[in-house]
Amino acid sequence: MEAVEHSPNTPLEYQTETGRLNILGFWIFLGAEIALFSTLFATYLVLVGRTADGPGPAELFEISGVLIETFLLLTSSFTCGLAIHYMRNHSLKGVFLWIGITLALGLGFLGFEIYEFVHYIHEGAALTTSAYWSAFFVLVGTHGAHVTLGIGWIILILIQLKQRGLTPDTSRKVFISSLYWHFLDVVWIFIFTAVYLYGMVM
Amino acid sequence: MKLDEFFVTGDPLIYGADVSIALTLIGAIFALTYFKKWKWLWTEWLTTVDHKKLGIMYIIAAVLMLFRGGVDAMLMRAQLTVPDAGFLDANHYNEIFTTHGTIMIIFMAMPFLIGLINVVVPLQIGARDVAYPFLNAVSFWTFFMGAMLFNISFVIGGSPSAGWTSYVPLAGLELSPGVGQNYYLLGLQIAGIGTLLTGINFLVTILKMRVPSMKLMQMPIFTWSSLITMVIIIFAFPVLTVALALMTFDRLFGSHFFTMMDGGMPMLWANLFWIWGHPEVYIVILPAFGMFSEIISTFARKTLFGYKAMVYSMVVIAGLSFLVWVHHFFTMGAGGAVNSFFSITTMLIAVPTGVKIFNWLFTLYKGRIRFTTAMLWSLAFIPNFVIGGVTGVMLAMAAADYQYHNTYFLVAHFHYVLISGTVYACFAGLHFWYPKMFNHRLNERLGKWTFWIFVAGFNLCFFPMYFLGLAGMPRRVYTYGIGDGWMSLNVLATMGGVLMGIGFLILVYNIYYSFRYSPRETTGDPWDGRTLEWSTPAPVPHYNFAHLPEVKGHDAFWIMKEEIKQGKKPEKKPYKPIHMPSYSGVPVVMSVFFFIAGFGMVFSWNWMSILGLIGVLATMVIRSFDYDKGFYVSVEEIEEHEKTT
Repeated sequence: MEAVEHSPNTPLEYQTETGRLNILGFWIFLGAEIALFSTLFATYLVLVGRTADGPGPAELFEISGVLIETFLLLTSSFTCGLAIHYMRNHSLKGVFLWIGITLALGLGFLGFEIYEFVHYIHEGAALTTSAYWSAFFVLVGTHGAHVTLGIGWIILILIQLKQRGLTPDTSRKVFISSLYWHFLDVVWIFIFTAVYLYGMVM
Repeated sequence: MKLDEFFVTGDPLIYGADVSIALTLIGAIFALTYFKKWKWLWTEWLTTVDHKKLGIMYIIAAVLMLFRGGVDAMLMRAQLTVPDAGFLDANHYNEIFTTHGTIMIIFMAMPFLIGLINVVVPLQIGARDVAYPFLNAVSFWTFFMGAMLFNISFVIGGSPSAGWTSYVPLAGLELSPGVGQNYYLLGLQIAGIGTLLTGINFLVTILKMRVPSMKLMQMPIFTWSSLITMVIIIFAFPVLTVALALMTFDRLFGSHFFTMMDGGMPMLWANLFWIWGHPEVYIVILPAFGMFSEIISTFARKTLFGYKAMVYSMVVIAGLSFLVWVHHFFTMGAGGAVNSFFSITTMLIAVPTGVKIFNWLFTLYKGRIRFTTAMLWSLAFIPNFVIGGVTGVMLAMAAADYQYHNTYFLVAHFHYVLISGTVYACFAGLHFWYPKMFNHRLNERLGKWTFWIFVAGFNLCFFPMYFLGLAGMPRRVYTYGIGDGWMSLNVLATMGGVLMGIGFLILVYNIYYSFRYSPRETTGDPWDGRTLEWSTPAPVPHYNFAHLPEVKGHDAFWIMKEEIKQGKKPEKKPYKPIHMPSYSGVPVVMSVFFFIAGFGMVFSWNWMSILGLIGVLATMVIRSFDYDKGFYVSVEEIEEHEKTT
């Protein structure tokens, strides 16, 4: 299963049968994730405006915090891409450096998001306030939970990189986690547009 | 919480169930200890990643669930036989139809089919295992623990009672304040994880693990039906995941997605549920179509008529399955334009389905038909399914649906498609592939008794329901008055239900009888089969194929046999070591933690749910650090296996 011919230019993560299968499987998993987030977006858009007696989004959303979050997450996607670039060049040091920066940016994003959530709750907009805020917190919160899980997962992979160096197995894991990270970035772009920009002009 | 709130009390039926559960558990523990089988159970079954064994476990679990769901059905029939019966009260009746529906769809039909897919598909495509054997075990165990969580509800805490569709506000906190609805949400959520993983696993398996010589358009039709089913699973199940999660949030954390107050939208639940729910019915019918195609082709001794049309019609059905969901609630007032759209898409599904029916008929045409049990089920399927399909088109007409909606006409329709489609297929497939799983056939004589009694009972039970529906009997009522005039047809239906129960018992006896007395298989090809699974020896070695088979067209094994008949000698090639995955205890332990977390959430015991989730995460970390590469089956072991066949 493991020993399959490959050209010398084949990236490490694609050199084994397991690597190729797992990467394809993860792409399909991301397809399922698209279905999951689509459902959440549809729910959110259906419930827009149903704020009952609570505040509406236009009263609470502030562009500055959201822009910082967006900047942090989008940059982290770029640094994550750099990490893969260094992985392809077999530079373990480069991988550690750029994944480290990616995680730091991800943590920064999470920090601002948590601050934003706490702020809304103080202003009287919580999960229990109205259908609109339920949909808001669950949609944006699901994305945030994905980021949190991703950070934990990537830390585990870093430990394995430390133990084993760059092998077909570890680089497969790094590559798959990078697919996940870029996917979260794409989802955020939709959240930024459909939730925040749309919410502010409502 | 007091103990008498924790355990369900007051009903003699429940006490009976308590006693039988306790006795079964004690009996199982005693038997395992007495025969010293604990180690065997752990090393051979609980930790297995072998697709054949997982498939068998799926099927055993599904048959148990068929029994449970069947008992529910018998209780309902007992209550409805005569007017004003006092056997079950309204609430108990509600609980029973809810668990009956949920169990039959989620925990019987799907695992039965997924079990057969597990056993058969890798063998049909010449693979030695699935793409992700470990994940396959996770799939099974999460399904199993989800099913167990749902099933204990009737003795601990109380069953859900808002119907398997769980429409809000009935399923909301105010009208369903107990823990029953939580069981529904958590049980389905945990089992749904397994289903999604199965979808990904088998999609990749079929695309990437086929023997290199098998082209897509040479795949056996059952494999094609499984492939298309997996695509539906991957896009439909996340919707259920979200819908269940949102209702869980509503009930446990006070959000307002589906509530009547604070902007909630009860209709949103109905939409989300059926955006998953309608594709779901195709998830349980497409593999059934695939099985019937294989069986009809084998026992008509002809290549399947219109193979490509069969594939494309399934693709079209899969696409349309996502565009028809509103027909489940035409009467909720979405307006003429919306109803017309969904009315037309629904009717369109009859076109590819009709193509398939005619292809089966043309496969039979001029075939030399052998009337085995599996074939009988397949032949009975065609007329019965047509009845279900035609009444489905009647229901699809939105205006007419205002008359049929929520009556026994609908009940009759969906039992006609689900039983004569899915259940007949499960029985047909079980008889057909039984020798691949257990190395002996089911007794044909007993099989035919089961067939005739069950099919007669089925038609006697459900055909009168069409007329009950037209006479105005609503579904989900726990009783009716003598003046309604529904008694005689209800008596007929109950008699049919009893016959179906007897048929099932004969099947169970057949399993025991065949285990004792059936001659063991020697060839691995008991039915003169056409596809690659019949080329494997009996018993199937754990690595499936010593040499990867060579595929030269449709019905690859048939072609091989023809070549041998024409005097071609199979060449002897030397064996090479075969790589296989290691067994692992992580999936079952992880799923137990899922169960603990789910149970904690059902009762809002946060410490328990957190403990369970920590356990789940811990097992994931253990898995992440596991670099086990599997092992190689030595040439000596392969020679040993192949010598005996």
